[in-house]
Amino acid sequence: MSRRDGGGHRRPQGSGFEASAWFFMRVSGVVLLGLAVFHLFWMHFVIGVENIDFNAVAGRWEGRWGPLWRLYDLALLVFAMAHGFNGLRYVLEDYVQRPGRRLALKSIAYTLGFLLISAGAYIIFTFDSGGV
Amino acid sequence: MSQPINLGPRSWLSYRGGSGYLLWALHRVTGLGLLLFLALHIVDIFLLAFGPAAFEHLLVLYTSPPGRLMEIFLLFGVLFHAVNGLRIIVQDLFTKSWERQRHDRLIVVQLVVFLLIFLPAAWIMFGSFLESLS
Repeated sequence: MSRRDGGGHRRPQGSGFEASAWFFMRVSGVVLLGLAVFHLFWMHFVIGVENIDFNAVAGRWEGRWGPLWRLYDLALLVFAMAHGFNGLRYVLEDYVQRPGRRLALKSIAYTLGFLLISAGAYIIFTFDSGGV
Repeated sequence: MSQPINLGPRSWLSYRGGSGYLLWALHRVTGLGLLLFLALHIVDIFLLAFGPAAFEHLLVLYTSPPGRLMEIFLLFGVLFHAVNGLRIIVQDLFTKSWERQRHDRLIVVQLVVFLLIFLPAAWIMFGSFLESLS
């Protein structure tokens, strides 16, 4: 049987961290296929980038379906960041061979990831237009 | 951990053969691009905390002509990464699909699905780009 390389990681053996990460990438990938693609088409083709301003966000997060939109955006934030930063980890492990440098870059990446998730979650939970 | 092997920068871009390799490389490039955009997007949304003026000041980045062109790249990245990722999942589930002929056929299906969604959507975005010029 002639096989071809087609991208993606082969499933790591066992039930350790790498196997879980491999599985998570598939599950979160399917979740994001729904969440991220719908988000993009909704914001760019239904709403339109030129129509997005402070009031548009207020209407979305403080309107009747506000809590649901906040939950949606929080799910999108967490899944996209976890999927993205695990992908970045794969890239760093492939290309950065020296252990010290690898640890340093991973530390920077995880710190950035933590800060970004915190900032995103903070605004999703605390946004208040002040009745604009 | 595997033994460190450093093949140098040249090997990062070298063609390793097989129709899947370009897809693999594009999956990485689009993935990194999307992560970069995601970071920018979180920052712009975070500016909501500082009121309408601060938030809308940065939105010019997206409604300006260069922003409207970048939007098409964003669409390309999201759609390619989504369709290619879905193909990888399908191939993980059905190992028979790795046979050369089935694999090549699957890639053709993948590209057709991608283009059927991407081309009309990109056309609409290109219209917005032309509008932003006037």
